[in-house]
Amino acid sequence: MSVATPLLQVTDLTVGFRIDGQVRKPVQGISYSLDAGRTLGVVGESGCGKSLTALALLGLIPAPGQVTGSVRFAGAELIGQPEAAWRDLRGNRVAMVFQEPMTALNPVMPIGTQIAEVMVLHQSLAWPEARDAAIGLLEAVGISSPRQRAASYPHQLSGGMRQRAMIAMALACRPALLVADEPTTALDVTIQAQIIELMQELQSEIGMAIQFISHNLAVVSELADEIVVMYAGRIVERAPAATLFDRPAHPYTKGLIATLPDPDRRQARLPVIQGGVPRIDAFAVGCRFAERCPLADAHCRSVEPTLDPLEPEHWAACFKAGQ
Amino acid sequence: MTALDMAPPSVQQAQSVWRLRWKRFRGHRTGMIALGVLVLLVLFTLAAGPLAALWGIDPDSTDLLSRYDPPSADHWLGMDDAGRDELLRLMYGGQISLLVGLVSTLIGGVAGLGIGLSAGYYGGRLDALLMRFTDGMIALPLLPLLIVFGAVDLTKLGFSSEFAHSGAAGFWRVVVIIAVVDWTQMARLVRAATLSLKERDYVLAAKASGASPLYVMAAHILPNVATPIIVAGTLTVGRVILLESVLSFLGFGIVPPTPSWGNMLNNAQELVTTAPALAVYPGLFIFITVIAVNFIGDGLQHAFDPRSSR
Repeated sequence: MSVATPLLQVTDLTVGFRIDGQVRKPVQGISYSLDAGRTLGVVGESGCGKSLTALALLGLIPAPGQVTGSVRFAGAELIGQPEAAWRDLRGNRVAMVFQEPMTALNPVMPIGTQIAEVMVLHQSLAWPEARDAAIGLLEAVGISSPRQRAASYPHQLSGGMRQRAMIAMALACRPALLVADEPTTALDVTIQAQIIELMQELQSEIGMAIQFISHNLAVVSELADEIVVMYAGRIVERAPAATLFDRPAHPYTKGLIATLPDPDRRQARLPVIQGGVPRIDAFAVGCRFAERCPLADAHCRSVEPTLDPLEPEHWAACFKAGQ
Repeated sequence: MTALDMAPPSVQQAQSVWRLRWKRFRGHRTGMIALGVLVLLVLFTLAAGPLAALWGIDPDSTDLLSRYDPPSADHWLGMDDAGRDELLRLMYGGQISLLVGLVSTLIGGVAGLGIGLSAGYYGGRLDALLMRFTDGMIALPLLPLLIVFGAVDLTKLGFSSEFAHSGAAGFWRVVVIIAVVDWTQMARLVRAATLSLKERDYVLAAKASGASPLYVMAAHILPNVATPIIVAGTLTVGRVILLESVLSFLGFGIVPPTPSWGNMLNNAQELVTTAPALAVYPGLFIFITVIAVNFIGDGLQHAFDPRSSR
């Protein structure tokens, strides 16, 4: 892929909240880019700032939150643009799929109406036309008898069907970028595979870029071209998917990969990374992973490493990278 | 793009949703029975004019010789304390009471809804401002307030003196007074519900679809607060009918000789031992109305919630 400017260019994106008079930054200084038609996987434990990053792309950081840095989408700067421009973008050129389709769909509105709504908002379609289009979309995401299903309420559908409906809603305006925030986490494994397959099919059809967020490295590895590993609000490693699995550089990435079950290895217990993500008010001075890192030394605990290139297209923020 | 450049329910879309709701309401038996009862009540009160003409009885003419007359062929429910036909007065009184009850509830409800929704959704300073205003309204003692409002001279507000002394002015005065003091409960309920609903994922999803705040409120929050609104609204109807009687008692509401169930009930208070029937009739009608409206509320709640079974 040789596109002059990437579809999405995030530079030094920071999300800050003022808590008890101090500014806390659950997302701090992250930079990455995503080309049209490609898939970026974002992995990390809960509380690493993955979802906030996604919301920042849509300008939906809740009220006291401050977003700084730069998000350039299709050549235009998004941070600081007026609310009307954001509304024009959301659901239209950048769409989002949420984790839990049961709560992300309005319980008292038929799903056909919810899908049609996006098109009425953005494509100035009248409701009857939008409704017909919604039925077509439901069919495209593999829901049988879409005409009847369009009149169903979310509670009348199965989990998989609800997530398909969410995807239909997100793709209604054929967005250039789809942000999927843990779209398969609430589903069982067979349905997960179906949803991932569906997303890949639709990606090749529409040609959109996907930012796929998950805490599950195995799921991400199935469809990501490039993977970003986040820890405590920072990007700690960024590499093409194959490289990341081949030559993980950051101890956190190594830990994540080690926790994946491997059918070739017979193990009594899966390895774990000891400890948990630090609270936002307890971020260490040095490397934020030092607390849990088997390699950490005094230098790691006093100086924060920067994201440095190791090889072409492979960056890691670790003094011990490669060890 | 203006805030509400897209009307949430288009005609065609709305039709199918409303048809579905009507179907669900019809499936709710007590709700349907209650609706039937309310329709009968309305027909009963509307029959007052034709029947008075048919029987040749003036409901306001007094006859001191036939005070407290028992029911007879000419006067089915007998005569009241001033020798007026009790049945016709109940009918005329019902027109006023039902209209006051429904219209005031509607106006107060819509006001409370708007205030509660915007306070809950926007939060922050607007919320604080609106809710302190609501608290202030609640803190005001009701009776002095009613007396002050009741004493407002409409001619000073620019209405013609002809209108100011007409029956319609009396009616609207009551409706407005009640609506002004009775929106607070609705506002607080709706605000509380909105506060919790706006944190839901589907509200975030709607924003992520590019919906404006007004659209989110109208299309995603309002239908989900239907339940508390309906419960509060149906309870309010009964309270408002009684509130009207308080106003009438003070001489600011529907002034005798024009009857309303409220002022008939009030009049009958001191006659409970001598002519208990005069208190029982209007009381019974108010009771039936309140019960019917509550059951209709039940049915509406069922109709608006697609998750409820049956």
